[in-house]
Amino acid sequence: MSVLLEARAIAAKDLRIEVRGRYALAAVLPFAATLLIVFGLALGPGRATLQTTAPALLWLAVLFASVLSFRRSYEAETEDGALEGLALAPIDRAAIFLGKAAAVTVQLLLLEAAVLALVAVLFGLSVGSDPALLICAFVLGTMGLSAVGSLFGVLEASPRAREAVFPLLVLPLAVPVLLAGVKATAAATVADTGAAAVTTRSGWSWLLLLVAFDAVFIAAGTLVFGYLLED
Amino acid sequence: MSVRAGERALGKAVSRRGERTLGVLSAIALLGAMVMALFVTPPDAEQGQVFRLIYVHVPSAWLAYLSFAVVLVASIAYLRTTKTRWDRLAAASAEIGVVFTILTLVLGSIWAKPVWGTWWTWDPRLTTTAVLLLIYLGYLAVRRMTDDPRRRGTWSAVVGIVGFVDVPIVHLSVVWWRSLHQAPVVAKVAPRMAPVMAWTLVLSVVAFTLLYAYLMVLRLRVGRLEEKAVAEALSPRIGAAAAKAAVGG
Repeated sequence: MSVLLEARAIAAKDLRIEVRGRYALAAVLPFAATLLIVFGLALGPGRATLQTTAPALLWLAVLFASVLSFRRSYEAETEDGALEGLALAPIDRAAIFLGKAAAVTVQLLLLEAAVLALVAVLFGLSVGSDPALLICAFVLGTMGLSAVGSLFGVLEASPRAREAVFPLLVLPLAVPVLLAGVKATAAATVADTGAAAVTTRSGWSWLLLLVAFDAVFIAAGTLVFGYLLED
Repeated sequence: MSVRAGERALGKAVSRRGERTLGVLSAIALLGAMVMALFVTPPDAEQGQVFRLIYVHVPSAWLAYLSFAVVLVASIAYLRTTKTRWDRLAAASAEIGVVFTILTLVLGSIWAKPVWGTWWTWDPRLTTTAVLLLIYLGYLAVRRMTDDPRRRGTWSAVVGIVGFVDVPIVHLSVVWWRSLHQAPVVAKVAPRMAPVMAWTLVLSVVAFTLLYAYLMVLRLRVGRLEEKAVAEALSPRIGAAAAKAAVGG
């Protein structure tokens, strides 16, 4: 139990930093909005194309924006030797990982709500047809994504982190989240037609994949995070 | 020359001879596989001459997955022991794995053009292999992020473990991604091969595996020399001792 309490303390700390710094509001959300606008411009004004590609564009925007959030989450630790402080703190290393992942999950979920509203307006995506599936897909997908990002975010604390290594690492690993997220979102936002029932069921089966991904990466992160923090 | 130094020199000579033997063996096996594949086996009844690509494409794919499995094992061993030799092993295997993954994709592409009519198709195996390549390019990029050997070893070991664990999930997701919409159009390789074809394939898998062993031995020696050179450059005096430890460890 104490691990979870420690994780909660870390998450609360990260969220407090975020609330006071407002980085997500000032940089990440505008970045996601910019992506959606340029996607819309690149794919042309045709309504049908935009509607069918909307779930994909939504998740791409989330994926790219999440990279910024993971970076931010560890950038805050590079200053004033904060990471050493964390490493020396008498708490379980796994708690640091879980706490940071939880904090970034909360941030990303808020970001996703805003992005979803934007996509609904810009691309005419009907978000109301299966809200339960949509919410589950976003919560599960974000948990897995945050686990990957929080595990490798530590590398951002290295002096040579400015290279493109972090996205190169996170994006291929997160391919299952992208596929499952896009397919489940597409199933949840499909217009009410005869085929909707079938599509929705396949949407729920994608959640199983997300659960498996989350389980694997949360377990892997809990096990190996301590090694990354060691030096 | 002390007895120990003599022993060490002898050991080095033996290992160099072993290295050369391994090289000659893999060259012979590769030559044999080439002759079998090009001249002894008949062309495929349906695909004709282009089917002969199977004798290089399949062994390359096998080597790619073998290399990354070795990276996984060496990475786990490194995290448990922090011995430099495990890190060296993982790095060497990852580099060879990346080369053979690229070779697999290129050969597959060349094969796909005449048979399927396209250079690329989003078949689960192709797509998983492409994602696999990206993951291990990331692995090699992480290795260049720091000069500190401990840090480099730990970071890349974590990537080596997590990356390999991710591959089955990626594969499953790509399989679902395709099958929920349409059945895979790509036909599998002929279910029953003529014995001569099967044996040629076995021979070339063996030949490629020998090549892997040879490349590994070479790359490990280069790795040891690199560590020695770095240690000596940092401090000529201390370096000599450190280099000895590196070669021994």
